[in-house]
Amino acid sequence: MIPELGHFALILALLLALVQGVLPIVGAQRGNATLMAVARPAAHGQFVFVLLAFAALAYAFLTNDFSVENVARNSYSKLPEVYRFTATWGSHEGSLLLWTLILGVWTVAVTVYSRHLPEDMAARVIGVMGLVSVGFLAFMLFTSNPFLRLTPAVPEGNDMNPLLQDPGMVIHPPMLYMGYVGFSVAFAFAVAALLSGKLDAAWARWSRPWTTVAWMFLTLGIALGSWWAYYELGWGGWWFWDPTENASFMPWLAGTALIHSLAVTEKRGVFKTWTVLLAITAFSLSLLGTFLVRSGVLSSVHAFATDPGRGVFILAFLGVVIGGSLLLYAWRAPRLVSGGGFTWFSREALLLGNNVFLMAAMGTVLLGTLYPLFMDAMGLGKISVGPPYFNAVFIPLMTPVLFLVAIGPLVRWRGDDLPALAMRMRWAFAVALVTAALLPLTLDGMNLWASLGLFLALWILFGVLTGFLERLKNAPGGLLGKLATLPRSFWGMQIAHAGLAVVVIGATVVSNYEEHRDVRMNVGDYVDLAGYRFLFMGTHPVEGPNYSAMRGTVEVFRNARKVATVHPEKRRYHASGMVMTEAGIDYGVFRDVYVSLGEPLSDSEWVVQVYYKPFVGWLWGGAFLLALGGGLAASDRRYRIALRRNTEAMATAAQGTRA
Amino acid sequence: MKPRHQKLLAIALSLAGLGVAVALVLNAFQNNLVFFFSPSQVMRGEAPVDRTFRIGGMVEEGSVKREADGLTVRFVVTDTAHTVPVVYKGVLPDLFKEGKGVVAEGRLGPDGLFTATQVLAKHDENYMPPEAAHAIEQAQKAQQTLVKP
Repeated sequence: MIPELGHFALILALLLALVQGVLPIVGAQRGNATLMAVARPAAHGQFVFVLLAFAALAYAFLTNDFSVENVARNSYSKLPEVYRFTATWGSHEGSLLLWTLILGVWTVAVTVYSRHLPEDMAARVIGVMGLVSVGFLAFMLFTSNPFLRLTPAVPEGNDMNPLLQDPGMVIHPPMLYMGYVGFSVAFAFAVAALLSGKLDAAWARWSRPWTTVAWMFLTLGIALGSWWAYYELGWGGWWFWDPTENASFMPWLAGTALIHSLAVTEKRGVFKTWTVLLAITAFSLSLLGTFLVRSGVLSSVHAFATDPGRGVFILAFLGVVIGGSLLLYAWRAPRLVSGGGFTWFSREALLLGNNVFLMAAMGTVLLGTLYPLFMDAMGLGKISVGPPYFNAVFIPLMTPVLFLVAIGPLVRWRGDDLPALAMRMRWAFAVALVTAALLPLTLDGMNLWASLGLFLALWILFGVLTGFLERLKNAPGGLLGKLATLPRSFWGMQIAHAGLAVVVIGATVVSNYEEHRDVRMNVGDYVDLAGYRFLFMGTHPVEGPNYSAMRGTVEVFRNARKVATVHPEKRRYHASGMVMTEAGIDYGVFRDVYVSLGEPLSDSEWVVQVYYKPFVGWLWGGAFLLALGGGLAASDRRYRIALRRNTEAMATAAQGTRA
Repeated sequence: MKPRHQKLLAIALSLAGLGVAVALVLNAFQNNLVFFFSPSQVMRGEAPVDRTFRIGGMVEEGSVKREADGLTVRFVVTDTAHTVPVVYKGVLPDLFKEGKGVVAEGRLGPDGLFTATQVLAKHDENYMPPEAAHAIEQAQKAQQTLVKP
């Protein structure tokens, strides 16, 4: 009964989404206030019904209702309760429902925080989000119904994929989707602006905090995914250039370009058409990413291409959203007038450079991800594009971006003096260069890649430092007072840039200086690696809730002193029979030691993999700083003041009409 | 800067970015595309000898042998029509099993032995790597056409 109610709630949500998508936009075009006023109640109603559907599906999972096909395929009665709940979005159908639910969360947030917007603008934005929701709800109802019954019902489920039974995977998809779907707000603002023809600095100011918050979630989502891969896949890799990773990385690159381009549009009124195009691109890539991972196209192009339901629907949906918005763009964008001028050496020009390289990098990732699918679909042979391709194109294209990150914030709008900037930064440049050249020499001999990465990271950090020093010099009061006067957007930018430098340090050091050995070990054997001694103490059997495991004990010594004991595991999950490796990791600020079990060779003897991973934690620490910076920037005072002032003005106006 | 010049600058920068990207992509494609060959194709001599490529199919039942060092593994990849012997030093993925799908990346020696640098198996017990499934499908098709008069 409950699943049928959930199904029914989805149908009602689709009807309300249609109302939300059509009436307010028509009303806005005709200036009809009654139709525009439909936007908010329809959006709230739609959200309530999607939430009910989600609750119904979660209930089916929590109560082990194996008469629902989705539950039978993706859950198991002995699965711990928290994973039974998260299995709700573990499948294709469930993840679409989560996507739609999060779209509802963002839409409700827009209805609440858009009261200061002109009514027609708010109506159009909410309407466009309603249309996106129509697409997803229709896709679910017509091709991927999560509530489909299984007749006859089965007594036991197939279990959730063991790889996903992990705390990291519990929060990774919602974070990622908060980011993907958040870009729909920027997209809706862009389409609304194109529809109305009013695209000004105010438009950029409204879009900016939404976009930055979405970018913050996407950053966290990607970082969590990378961390999960690191500890869960058992060989210590943190980025694979796998299509599923690229799917989330492409919208991130476009989103990063977008938040910088929005800054220029807000401050200077230029790059308007480019910013709108980026908003459309970022959301289109989010859609592409969702479908790439969820449609099964990656595991079999042919099954996807010949599936008359899902494949055709997805291609049609992508075609309508991307093609439609680009058509609208081509029709309306030439009318937009750009604002003031700037010279070739100005913050505008440098941000343009950053945008060009970010988008070029995004394009190469897109090509590397889609090209094998395209070749396969055309029957032109099977190829794979691996990390060597991506490293060869991505690193050279990101190098100029990283170089510009350091100086961009130090250069004035409109135009600045290059020789003067060179003077301001000469010490920073010299110190970064010398340190980056010498540090690898003292460690391990000359290493150009390590030097390049370290130089860029130090250069960015010195740029951040210079930015603070110059701002403080001109501010009144003591040091703490001075720091307190700096706006949050400034803090946000500098912390995010410093976070980027930290990520670069982590990636550079771990890629160039990690060490690894596979060894055959019996109880009491040891192996030395990077100054650490790993002593294998043997394994013993352990019973988990839905798996049996062999649990190893490895003691780690440094200079004859014990620094850690780690417990790598080899698990066999009962329902699926799948074997999984759980790494034993000792985390540290400057290094992780990482041990995982390979195959058993006899009762007591194992192949053991030991890794020394210097600075690997900096990758995720830096990503956290990036996200923190985004959060600070989005909470800047000027957005809140603008909001309050507008609300007050409207309240006064409302009182005036009442009086 | 006048709007016209701004536009020129934007176009010049974009072209420069695009040019660099295209040059990098072409260069990287030239060197780093990894092609896939089935055991039948390898037997017909279609696979390159001096270049890394991937083979895929099933791990033949009873073919997995571990050498005395415990790390070096020998096995045979089959597409049900032809076979290729493989040697690999390292830890095999959890889902590597006799009778299951496998994809290996490496080089073919003049003696016909494939030295793998990487053995891939995906994250799902019932999941066949698409390349492996493709190889078996092709081989079976070829056999069927052979059986027909």
